[in-house]
Amino acid sequence: MEKKLTLFKNRKRFGIEKNIDIIFKNTALVLSSFVAIILLGIILVVFFQSFESFSRYGLKFLVTSEWNPVKDEYGAFTAIYGTLVTSFLSLLITIPLGVGTAIFITEDFVPKVFREIVGSFVELLAAIPSVVLGLWAIFVMEPFFRAFFVFLHNFFGWIPLFSTEPIGRNSLLAILILVVMLLPIVTSIARDSLNQVPKKLRNAAYGIGASRWKTIFSVILPAALSGIMAGVLLALGRAMGETMAVTMIIGNSNAFSWSLLSPGYTISSMLANQFGEADGSQVSSLFYAAFVLMILSLVVNIFAQWIVKKFSLKY
Amino acid sequence: MNSLYYQKRLSRNIGDKFFTSLSAICALIAILPLIFLVTYILIKGGSQITPELFTLEPNPPGDDLDAGGINPALIGTLIITTIASIIAIPVGVGGGIYLAEYSKGGAFSRFIRFGVNVLAGVPSIIAGVFIYALIVSTKILFGSMYSGLAGGMALSILMLPTVIKTTDEGLKLVPDELRYASLGVGASMYTTILKVTLPSAFRSIATGVVLGIARAAGETAPLIFTALFSYYYITGFDDLFYEMGSLAVLIYNFALEPYDAQNKLAWAASFILVLSILSVNIFSRILAAFTEKTKRV
Repeated sequence: MEKKLTLFKNRKRFGIEKNIDIIFKNTALVLSSFVAIILLGIILVVFFQSFESFSRYGLKFLVTSEWNPVKDEYGAFTAIYGTLVTSFLSLLITIPLGVGTAIFITEDFVPKVFREIVGSFVELLAAIPSVVLGLWAIFVMEPFFRAFFVFLHNFFGWIPLFSTEPIGRNSLLAILILVVMLLPIVTSIARDSLNQVPKKLRNAAYGIGASRWKTIFSVILPAALSGIMAGVLLALGRAMGETMAVTMIIGNSNAFSWSLLSPGYTISSMLANQFGEADGSQVSSLFYAAFVLMILSLVVNIFAQWIVKKFSLKY
Repeated sequence: MNSLYYQKRLSRNIGDKFFTSLSAICALIAILPLIFLVTYILIKGGSQITPELFTLEPNPPGDDLDAGGINPALIGTLIITTIASIIAIPVGVGGGIYLAEYSKGGAFSRFIRFGVNVLAGVPSIIAGVFIYALIVSTKILFGSMYSGLAGGMALSILMLPTVIKTTDEGLKLVPDELRYASLGVGASMYTTILKVTLPSAFRSIATGVVLGIARAAGETAPLIFTALFSYYYITGFDDLFYEMGSLAVLIYNFALEPYDAQNKLAWAASFILVLSILSVNIFSRILAAFTEKTKRV
């Protein structure tokens, strides 16, 4: 009887235990705010480092394409144009491929085992480091596509996009390697959002006599659209910031050209190439270019998150 | 009566067939790069693997006969990734604990989750630029400029969002009943987290973290102007404060050399890098599938 009483006795917590609890909570709080600090730090540091160049060129930096350390004249138009063109064109190729693959994985055309193999292959592709993709692009893809590029130039040379003689590395190769890198992102996000479409929508469509692809196009894809859009935007952000593979294959030339068959430049490849050896006001100009890249990818990313919140369908 | 049977020539059935084969072609195109890439790396890189590769220093380009080995880069990658993990894992797990356990759905946690997603989308080269401005150019680390330490810090920025996200999501999957039970028998909040919720989410968190580390090991862009590259053996603790080689940067530098010997070394390094990253990925995938099957509840 005596023992049982002590068992239920109200024991106050020791002060030290309470303190540990409070310290633990506050440590976790501080650690979680590190994310915000780092993010703000990145934005502020890059902005202040680019200030010198920003005050000297203003917005003219964005539209002039002279990049001359000797004359100390800088403009990043070629790199900005290259970033936008490579990322948008690669996305244009990736979207149908990725969504098509995602549909193949989520529909039951072939037994589940094969679909899972395709799915994990695509995801493993995402794990390959981009520098290895760049190496592969230099030694395998470039020789492989050379004849095709010559053909493009000979028959479609009248289109400005293919107007230069293809010699070695060029923007089109960068676009193709970007497709390989974006495919896993678009596919896996599209697959997830297709999987989240409730089964009853599909059954209802089948029930009123829609064929399989009528169901996919009119019911399932629209229902999964917000997720797919978000995936596409994330891929766009990734494409803009992608550095290594693009740097290795794009040819790195600051001479502006409409042609995709000529060497080009992107902001990130410019940074990768010049940052190590830059000094003086070139550093500040590079920081300015980095700032532009950061703003571009921030806008795309925030827009992606906004779309997920705004348009995610609720069932 | 005829309309009850499947008619091959009906336009809707032809259309269906067409789109089905189109999506199969898409899937085929999607997996082709991986197959080509892996076989090419296995053949081209695997044939370069020799015992000397793991023990020698790389020779500076120019001598086309013998490129040496990749020992400093291999060790450098291990060191830089370890530094990144030492920074990112405690910060990330701590931050994840706060998000999942303490602040459920408040304005602060929403802001931090948003920040995590934004940080995950920051281009990797920007992390390098940031560390360059903050640490390399200011020589804040005991007067050293390019260093393995700076490289590790740049990588940790890239790892951090992954670690926070996996911790946050892993902890959210732990059923609330466990927490109630622990708090109900009188355990304090931190005992509950350390002894109950963290251990039960351990496997999913560990998987995510390991995948994050594997991803960081292959990152190049943040390293090319923070850790730079070095041809020499890493001999002691002091080397942390000097230029440090890594497999990824070795591949980048040597792929662009005009010499065949250096190119071969780049392939060999890719072989090792890809093989280790893919095996980590496949292993954790199998582990995750295994956990899925044996999960109670």
